[in-house]
Amino acid sequence: MSKEKQRDLFPGALEMMILRTLKRQPLHGYALVQHIKRNSDDLLQIEEGSLYPALQRLLKEELVKAEWGVSSTNRRVRIYKLTAAGAKHLEREVSRFERMLEGITRVLSPEES
Amino acid sequence: MSWLRRSLFSRRKIYGELSEEIHAHIEEKTEQLMADGMPKKEAEAAARREFGNLTLMEEDGRDVWRWLSLENFLMDVRYGLRMLRSNPVFTVVGLLTIAIGIGANAAVFSVVNSVLLRPLNYPTSQELVFLHQVAPGAAGLADFQNGLLLSPSMYFAYSENNRTFSSIGVWDTGAASVTGVAEPEQVRVVTVSNGVLEALRVAPEAGRWLSAEDQEPRGPSRVMLSYGYWQRRFAGDRTMIGKNIQVDSQPLQIVGVMPKGFRFVDTDFDLIEAFKFDRAQQILAGFGLHGIARLKPGATIAQANADITRMLPIWMDSFSNGPGTNPHIYETWKITPMIRPLKAEVIGNVSEVLWVVMGTIGLVMLIACANVTNLLLVRVESRQQELAVRAALGAGWQRIVSGLLVESVMLGVMGGMIGVGLAYAGVRALVAFGPANLPRLSEIAIGGRTLIFAFAISVLSGLLFGLIPAFKYAGPRTTLELRSGGRTISVSRERHRARNLLVVGQVAMALVLLVSAGLMIRTFAALRTVDLGFTDALHLQVMRISIPHLLIAKPEQVTRTQQAILDKLSAIPGVKSAAFASEMPMEGFGAGWDCIFLEGVKYDPDVIPPLRYFKDVSPGFFQTSGARLVAGREMTWTEVYGARPVVLVSENLARELWGTPRAAVGKRIREFDSRPWSEVIGVVQDVRENGVQEIAPETVYWPTLMGMKYQLEAPVSLDAQRSVTFVIRSDRAGSASFLNEVRQAVWSVNSSLPLASVRTMEDVYAKSVARTSFTLVMLGIAGAMALALGIIGIYGVISFIVSQRRREIGIRLALGAQRRDVLEMVLSQGAKMTLAGVAIGIVAALALTRLMAGLLFGVTAYDPLTLGTVAVVLMIIALLACYIPARRATKVDPMVALRYE
Repeated sequence: MSKEKQRDLFPGALEMMILRTLKRQPLHGYALVQHIKRNSDDLLQIEEGSLYPALQRLLKEELVKAEWGVSSTNRRVRIYKLTAAGAKHLEREVSRFERMLEGITRVLSPEES
Repeated sequence: MSWLRRSLFSRRKIYGELSEEIHAHIEEKTEQLMADGMPKKEAEAAARREFGNLTLMEEDGRDVWRWLSLENFLMDVRYGLRMLRSNPVFTVVGLLTIAIGIGANAAVFSVVNSVLLRPLNYPTSQELVFLHQVAPGAAGLADFQNGLLLSPSMYFAYSENNRTFSSIGVWDTGAASVTGVAEPEQVRVVTVSNGVLEALRVAPEAGRWLSAEDQEPRGPSRVMLSYGYWQRRFAGDRTMIGKNIQVDSQPLQIVGVMPKGFRFVDTDFDLIEAFKFDRAQQILAGFGLHGIARLKPGATIAQANADITRMLPIWMDSFSNGPGTNPHIYETWKITPMIRPLKAEVIGNVSEVLWVVMGTIGLVMLIACANVTNLLLVRVESRQQELAVRAALGAGWQRIVSGLLVESVMLGVMGGMIGVGLAYAGVRALVAFGPANLPRLSEIAIGGRTLIFAFAISVLSGLLFGLIPAFKYAGPRTTLELRSGGRTISVSRERHRARNLLVVGQVAMALVLLVSAGLMIRTFAALRTVDLGFTDALHLQVMRISIPHLLIAKPEQVTRTQQAILDKLSAIPGVKSAAFASEMPMEGFGAGWDCIFLEGVKYDPDVIPPLRYFKDVSPGFFQTSGARLVAGREMTWTEVYGARPVVLVSENLARELWGTPRAAVGKRIREFDSRPWSEVIGVVQDVRENGVQEIAPETVYWPTLMGMKYQLEAPVSLDAQRSVTFVIRSDRAGSASFLNEVRQAVWSVNSSLPLASVRTMEDVYAKSVARTSFTLVMLGIAGAMALALGIIGIYGVISFIVSQRRREIGIRLALGAQRRDVLEMVLSQGAKMTLAGVAIGIVAALALTRLMAGLLFGVTAYDPLTLGTVAVVLMIIALLACYIPARRATKVDPMVALRYE
């Protein structure tokens, strides 16, 4: 059981994906995690529960906001929305991530002499 | 404080919402799975599995909103308190050890802070300086602690010509009698020139300062009162200002009162009078005044020294010692200004003592910390299982370390709080019983800085004694202990190393402290063997009586009155003899000194002969005080009243001038050319006039009634010493009834004469060695504490080792080891530690005791006797401390020890 491996690729990755998903549309927790899992083609094994601490962090930093509403299955749920600060944060994080990824890729790619 | 409200009140709501949300999530997931055709039970389980650790997730979610470190800290505090409560013996021992250590440190620090660190109680006091001068060329002066004091003419020269002082003045202390109200009273007087009060810059409580006009030689005499005297004598009556009081039978007009708490440099006083120097009459000589000045803002001491150096020739050109004398004769004295901050002058030589005491008390604190560390090590050892469980349940090792540290720091802080209480009591006791010559004694109090200091060392020592056990046992490898609980596995050598090292360190530090205490004991013993020049001080009653000019004008009448007092005193039952002199040894009233000329010797007019200490004595003085006559005899009353030119000299002076005491008798000396030759009729043993540790000055003993001294001009009029110390030898000295009879005897001769400085010579002596006894007591206490703590430390460690090795010892005994062998084995372990400690301690002592060389007398800092004795005694005591647990080891019953498993 290597929990760590499944949970997060690196600190902040989950938050980034949450923000990206919420950018498209406001969602409640359950829908959010299903969305992320589906979109990753189940490549990322995410413990569903780990979503909630991440959401709390984002709430505290006011990158998302939450409102109680009713879900499609007629359940009282909290629906999360991206804030303006969240959108900006996402942009910055994505570009940082892309730079990092590029760097890693270059190092990992076969060397050309 | 929105964050506070949010964190405290809305947090419950946040947690509730989080919980609701999470449960909704699981429900939804379950429903989804059931919709996909999974049975309910399975679906629920799968939903939970997919979700992960529900409790942990919820907790993590909550943690986001918490001020994590603080809350963890508070939890550690609560846990620590519980642990401390659950182990009261440990807690009490630890707390007391720390409390005593911190209490002693805080008390000594408050003294250091009040005396050495805080500025003096005057506005911008860093500008105040003491005009210290030295005169290496003036033979005989070098012994005087005060260097070369100022003469009135110097004061005029400096105050008129300086460029670096905003004000400058001279002052002196003395005594006067106030009459006209109730009993005659002797009061303490400070006499000041213009510029002194201006320099100190403390505004009067009422009225005004003495001013330049009050200095007019022929103007009216005025006086200021201290706050204390004003309250005591006049109950703070403001209408007294402008009225007269009778001081030395002369009316003085009160012009002002100084405020409460005002002290004159470092002396308490009752009255401030003004000097009335007649500038035109001043000569160069008369070096008896203390100089004080306030530097101009920005001026440095170096500039002020240069300024004085520049003014010295001006002084010599502006005044003279009379017709026919060479004013530049003082160039041979090499007068050099060595101006000091006033604070340095006030503190004097006590700073060395205080720093040494602070250092030793600091060492005691370290030893105390070592002891508490040992206690904690033992305790952590017994808590290993608990710690291992915590680690296994997921507590990070940082968390465990911080928990242990919080516990030890709490112990430190709690001990510190008790310690501050002890320090309050200690400082009170110190101020009450403290050495009278500790400067600024009245200012000593525990203030904010001391509290901060106490808090800081509490926390620091808490960290210090917490770090070692915390890192030793809470490191990232704790699984082993979970299994064993330290029961079966034999104790590794490595495990004891920290404890052994602590004990070695304790022994070493205790040795250093004991050696320094031992050196002080040797110093004190050496002081006690000094031949002082008076004997049986406890039975020598002394008191001072001054006869003012206005009360009795004629010099001969003064002496007759003094003799009449002697007669009355001698008649008191139990009095063996009585006499008087200008002062008794070590009283510090500052008698005169001048040079003498020998009959038949040719003197170079451009060289000033060495200065000699001058004293005036009554007949019978040496017999009463107990000074041995080495040759010749004392003077008689007939010689005194006949103004016969007779004189006695000290043994060292006789040897210097004539080779042997016997050769001195019959030789003739004089002070000035204009005086008759005085015949040496006796030689007296050397007397420690300036203190037990100061070499005896070469002294000339003049009759109490003779031609005016220290004054060059003729005609020479007869002069009597008006301020004298009466000395009475009696077994009743010091008792109240005796003093009462003494007072009645004096007043039966003249009821206007107050008695001052009434005490026994033992008091005078004690005051003179107060610095040494203070150091001795402080180092003695520190040494005793160090010894006790060190012994407890070594005893504790050996006991613990024995209890840990019970099984092993049991096996040894079962296999045939003799009890002797076991005893030897345990003792040798203790002996090894002690030896190592003693060896390190001796090296450290050799390095450190040098720092206290200035406090020693009659013994060097490397005294082998002290070092050897302390080392041997310490070893014996340490081995005794090991013997008790060692004996217990031999009592181990092999069967019980083995079955114990």
